[in-house]
Amino acid sequence: MSSQEVPTREVARRVFAEEFNDASYTFKESDDERAPVYLLLPSGEKANRIFFVGTLTEKEDVGEDNEYWRGRIVDPTGTFFVYAGQYQPEAASTLRDLEAPAYVSVVGKPRTYETDDGSVNVSVRPESISVVDAATRDRWVVETAQRTVERLERFDDEGNEYARMAREEYDLPTDRYKSMAVSALESLDESGGDELGGDDADTASPEPST
Amino acid sequence: MSDLRTHAEEIAEQFSDHLDVDADDVEDRLQNLVDEYRVPVDEARRSVVNSYLDEAGLERDELGRGGNDEVHLADIDQDEQWVDVTVKVVELWEPRSESVSQVGLVGDESGRMKFIAFTTSELPELEEGKVYRLGNVVTDEYQGNFSVKLNRTTSIEELDEDIEVGDDSTSVEGALVDIQSGSGLIKRCPEEGCTRVLQNGRCNEHGNVDGEFDLRIKGVLDDGDAVHEVIFGREMTEELTGISLEEAQEMAMDALDTTVVVDEMRTDLVGTYYRVSGPELGRYVLADDTERLTEPADPEAVLIKARSI
Repeated sequence: MSSQEVPTREVARRVFAEEFNDASYTFKESDDERAPVYLLLPSGEKANRIFFVGTLTEKEDVGEDNEYWRGRIVDPTGTFFVYAGQYQPEAASTLRDLEAPAYVSVVGKPRTYETDDGSVNVSVRPESISVVDAATRDRWVVETAQRTVERLERFDDEGNEYARMAREEYDLPTDRYKSMAVSALESLDESGGDELGGDDADTASPEPST
Repeated sequence: MSDLRTHAEEIAEQFSDHLDVDADDVEDRLQNLVDEYRVPVDEARRSVVNSYLDEAGLERDELGRGGNDEVHLADIDQDEQWVDVTVKVVELWEPRSESVSQVGLVGDESGRMKFIAFTTSELPELEEGKVYRLGNVVTDEYQGNFSVKLNRTTSIEELDEDIEVGDDSTSVEGALVDIQSGSGLIKRCPEEGCTRVLQNGRCNEHGNVDGEFDLRIKGVLDDGDAVHEVIFGREMTEELTGISLEEAQEMAMDALDTTVVVDEMRTDLVGTYYRVSGPELGRYVLADDTERLTEPADPEAVLIKARSI
């Protein structure tokens, strides 16, 4: 009831890399300088924060004067790019210490930047990066498929303003995200087919050497 | 005239706890006003009630509606309702203000709820673990949480029975996406009944004090739809992290820095899925039970749903 409400913490959306990388449009919902910036997901949701789990396949210090780590983190649908520098000291040091490949979970904020040719790239500025096990990664795939499907179910609802925005800004067929979710789920059934090339269908976590 | 009789009986009932009021007397008074002085019935009733309030030394809002509903705590969903409850005193807390005589948690089969009694009401003290029938308590709401307030008109009757207090704990699950400040190795104010967490060695209430070490985690569980704030107390924190209070103190001592403890916990816990159950307190869920979700999730149900759209 009070107008002085504590700002609520932004939910970490679940989104697959393929959909995330299709997004490019960002917006604010208030004129306040410090108002949160949202990335518009093509399935019709706003995302100020995301949580994902995938396989860190490469990491590289791309900084010039200061350390600036770039990590490639792969899910069943594509690749997330995360960048961590001096302002994300914990995430940066995690990336520095990690040995690819490894399952990692990332909480972070979407960032967009325009490339020289005018297209918009999207990446993640991590708040935290943690080493996790295969079960956590599988759980995330199922959960993310579920959240994606739920967004698609709501897409044609009257009054779904983010779906309306998505139609205006992207005009992408949402069918592809449905098949993306389905194939991500199906990939879990292929026993032993994990990205680490383990020859064992066991759910035991590949212990990353840190 | 039977109309006046009904009013008279209602008024007599309302005051039955406070005054020796006879319905006939009330009816006489009403009748006098209505028949002799041509006062409308509503106004007459109001006037008679006021005169009895004066006699009893009560305020209008202290007066029960007469014949309250006996309700279960879980059914309380409205502010400022006068109700009767039969409850067990689950826990007494230290009142933070002199105007509060007692504060704590009461429970019945349906759940638990905060209660508060004020010094000015001059009520007999409730004892922890005993069951009471509380007549004429008022419901109160703060940020969606309900409580009951005892007041001067509240009747307290100790019952010789026990109540199996209902478990109203909630269960939340999601990925632990953050550990908030004020977690890890902390110091609490040693003043009797205070236990506030010190900020830079200072207690908000008692100033600079020699704190006592404790462990806790304030975490954020996020399921992609909503966030839930969770507090793990010392035992739960020790169980989750495998770091005991003594070990945490040693770690801090070696590093000359207490933050190494929370850093270690963060590395261990953030980014994995948990299910936490326990009572809700304000915006927090107090973790009584925590389960790390390691079983492989079942993709079938989602797959069926995905294919159906």
